Amino acid sequence: MSRTVRLRDIAHARSGDKGNDSNISVWFADQAGFDAARAQLTPELIKQELGGLVLGSVEIYPLPQLLGLNIVLRDALEGGVNSSLNLDGHGKSWSFLLLGLSIELSAAAPA
Amino acid sequence: MTRTYRIGCGAGFSSDRLPPAVDLVEQGELDCLILECIGERTLAFAQRDRRRDPNAGYNPYLERRMQALLPVARAASTKIVTNMGVANPLAAGEKTAQIAKSLGIDDLRIAVLTGDDVTASITHDTALWEGGTVASIDGELISANAYLGAEAMADAMAADVVITGRVADPSLVVAPLAQHFGWALNDWPILAAGTLAGHLLECGMQVTGGYFADPGYKDVPDLANCGYPLIEFDATGSMQITKLASAGGLVNLATVKEQLLYEVHDPAAYLTPDVTANFAAVEMTETGPNRVQLDGVTGAPRPGMLKATVGFDGGFLAEAGVSYAGPGAAARAELARTILKERLHGLNAKIRFDLIGVDSLHATAKVAADSNPQDVRLRTAVRTRDPEIAEQVLWETEAILCCGPAGGGGFRRSLTPSIVTYSTSIDRTAVKPEITWITS
Repeated sequence: MSRTVRLRDIAHARSGDKGNDSNISVWFADQAGFDAARAQLTPELIKQELGGLVLGSVEIYPLPQLLGLNIVLRDALEGGVNSSLNLDGHGKSWSFLLLGLSIELSAAAPA
Repeated sequence: MTRTYRIGCGAGFSSDRLPPAVDLVEQGELDCLILECIGERTLAFAQRDRRRDPNAGYNPYLERRMQALLPVARAASTKIVTNMGVANPLAAGEKTAQIAKSLGIDDLRIAVLTGDDVTASITHDTALWEGGTVASIDGELISANAYLGAEAMADAMAADVVITGRVADPSLVVAPLAQHFGWALNDWPILAAGTLAGHLLECGMQVTGGYFADPGYKDVPDLANCGYPLIEFDATGSMQITKLASAGGLVNLATVKEQLLYEVHDPAAYLTPDVTANFAAVEMTETGPNRVQLDGVTGAPRPGMLKATVGFDGGFLAEAGVSYAGPGAAARAELARTILKERLHGLNAKIRFDLIGVDSLHATAKVAADSNPQDVRLRTAVRTRDPEIAEQVLWETEAILCCGPAGGGGFRRSLTPSIVTYSTSIDRTAVKPEITWITS
């Protein structure tokens, strides 16, 4: 048995920009959430879930001792702050795009 | 020296708040306060300001900050290290000396670092990280600035106030720590620890509860009176980050974790002019209320080349908007968008049409959820070198007031010069840092 949980309910996140790349660090409240996300949040899934936003690759760097994942999105700022027409040219709000995604947690795991 | 060094941050970007910086100097018993005020585009715009006026090009809030901070820093024997010189550090130094004099502060020793401006060494053949060379960029070259580091700053550190242009943000912290503890500038592990301290401090209140609050999920006490951070750094390279007890905000594992990887890609290779820092195995412990200890950072030799930012003229960014509210707001805004798309069809430019309140920031990532918002703003935006195209977009957006849907109001427009920046690598030997001393 498992249940679907939104990342916002089990993690917090922050996004930042460098050129036309964005990084979102995601930090989990407990080991179960971290393990589930580590297994399920694949680069392919993230790229697919974020629609036309990520034109380049997705790289994920785990920091297991801090229960964190650093997700780097290449070519994901609509050209970057200098050339984007998005109101949020830095992608400051990308963290909340990610926190809107859901994963499966085993039912035995604490909330 | 082996005594623990107390270093704080009183600005994390060019327009950051001033009152909490004054509080931190008054109550923090700081050895040093840094003020980090440069972004990639800030610098290119400042270069342009300086071309128009040889006395301009430094941080627009420098006067106010120095007026407020010089007296309290003198009283507390706190050194100030700042990149508020931006594109004109010498003018910023002269202005700071004038302000000190006017405040009756005598013998203030100001050291100004120059040499980051490498515009003269950029050629048509200079390769850009983003691909291509300078010759392939459509737009006039405006500026090129190398990221200097703690080595270039070292001889300035005896000053009361150190003013720089472009230096790597963490170097603002590494340089005073290196001077205090007498670090060798090839002692990679300790330089990496200093770089971690700098990285945590450089964005100001982003580590003490700013850029963090999410009501009901991540609450921050008294965010309105959020305090700036300070780090107590000991001779072993261990550090504790905290804030004034009297200030609002929050320092805990969550706030420090978020800042640890802010604008970081590979946590094992954080590159600065000083060192290749490895944050991948950092350990954090809450050692008290609003207090986190960090250990476990390691370091490897610094990169061979320096990074430089190259700025080019990017024409204009034109933006305009009209708002709709009440019943049917979303449908009326959508109609306005459809009409404008038709009227601007054929204009040779990429125009963006947002419905703020329905889908704007995340429009590219996904379709907005079904909703019936009662307050929606149509926004148009275009980047162009052709002022005629910019004017057409602004004009047609304004015209929608009288020949579009019902109840549209609140038209505003802006036309701002745009600068496009790229990155390149530059040989360390091509950069000639220089320090100028000024005394009030």
